[in-house]
Amino acid sequence: MFTAVLKRELRLACRRRSEWINPLAFFVIVVSLFPLGLAAGPNTLSLVAPGVVWVAALLATLLSLEHMFRSDYEDGALEQFALGTYPLYGVALAKVLAHWMITGLLLCLLSPLLGGALFLDAVSLKVLFLTLLLGTPTLSLVGAIGAALTVGLRRGGILLSLLILPLYVPVLIFGAGAVDLAAHGLNASGQLYLLAALLVLALTLAPFAIAGALKVALE
Amino acid sequence: MPTATELEIRNLACVRGDRLLFRDLSLSLGSGALVQVTGPNGCGKTSLLRIVCGLALAEEGSVLWHSESTRHSEPFKQQCAWVGHRDGLKADLSARENLEFHARLTGGDPGAVDDAMERLGLASCRDLLAGHMSAGQRRRTALARLLLGERRLWILDEPFTALDEHGRRSAEALMHEHHAAGGLTLFTSHQPLRHEALGAACRELSLAP
Repeated sequence: MFTAVLKRELRLACRRRSEWINPLAFFVIVVSLFPLGLAAGPNTLSLVAPGVVWVAALLATLLSLEHMFRSDYEDGALEQFALGTYPLYGVALAKVLAHWMITGLLLCLLSPLLGGALFLDAVSLKVLFLTLLLGTPTLSLVGAIGAALTVGLRRGGILLSLLILPLYVPVLIFGAGAVDLAAHGLNASGQLYLLAALLVLALTLAPFAIAGALKVALE
Repeated sequence: MPTATELEIRNLACVRGDRLLFRDLSLSLGSGALVQVTGPNGCGKTSLLRIVCGLALAEEGSVLWHSESTRHSEPFKQQCAWVGHRDGLKADLSARENLEFHARLTGGDPGAVDDAMERLGLASCRDLLAGHMSAGQRRRTALARLLLGERRLWILDEPFTALDEHGRRSAEALMHEHHAAGGLTLFTSHQPLRHEALGAACRELSLAP
């Protein structure tokens, strides 16, 4: 059943391309505007690169969150999920996984290219890729809680950002911090472990929170 | 002949905003029961149906299925089919994909999809995206879900909306079969049933204020 939900989500994403192209395009545009705006040399750019790429990835994820449950809520599919025999947290987890595959994973794959354009060295690029690989699923999971809480509101976008951004801060600090350490030739494994720990925490608790929030939204 | 009560609604009260929609509503449904909820717009018909299937909370009272509360009850979910005002179809999936997914979600048989579509006159638009269908075709697809799993209790919110004469006849034929097999149906509609045997078996629950 989990794979059936996942397949359905991916098939829907293939047919509604704007849903995953928009955040991706946003990510690329934001990162590529920085060199133009800063008018700085390679040294300065490689200094700000970890923060820039991470902030852009975080905002791109935030941009994609609002659609996560909105259409299911509006066309009644969510009601059928809630009344189905498959538990709602399983549905929620499958939907989050699909969301990550069409946003977070693609951001990860693009990040070496953009990091390279900002003059990050090879070691830092590897760490950047790893931090995004560990961090973006957490962003999707935590963001889904906010998306589920605000799904019943007509204009929940701002509220969603206010709810979720404080929870994104630790991921941002450890993620960008790890790349910064690597850029200075230091060992970043501590930060990577912390990101992994945050992911495990989100993975165990978020599905239940999302399911609870969705049930409340339906009432 | 009185039959054992399967679904029992006890002293239900419903408040939306700060308006009391109904109170002290009690109803017992046994095997083969068919109840049409009537009343003017905004009198709480949909709210009642949503409370019964466990999607919404009642202000007071309880809904019992085989003497157990229907809230978050697994045995109840396995026996209840809900066709709401919002039809639950994804606009970017075809009718067949929508129905096959629904069959998997509810533990039904995906192989029954073709027959179900045939029954509701959807044979010609199997692979049409739900977003390209007319309102009546979408409603037929939503009703076809009822044939995908054997559910004892059907809860239908305005099942005949947007249906043409033929669609309405097939919908009533489905309800009649369900009734004849001992299934329970609770539905809302503004029009009386046209199927004679079905009309004779139907009880009316008026929510007039």
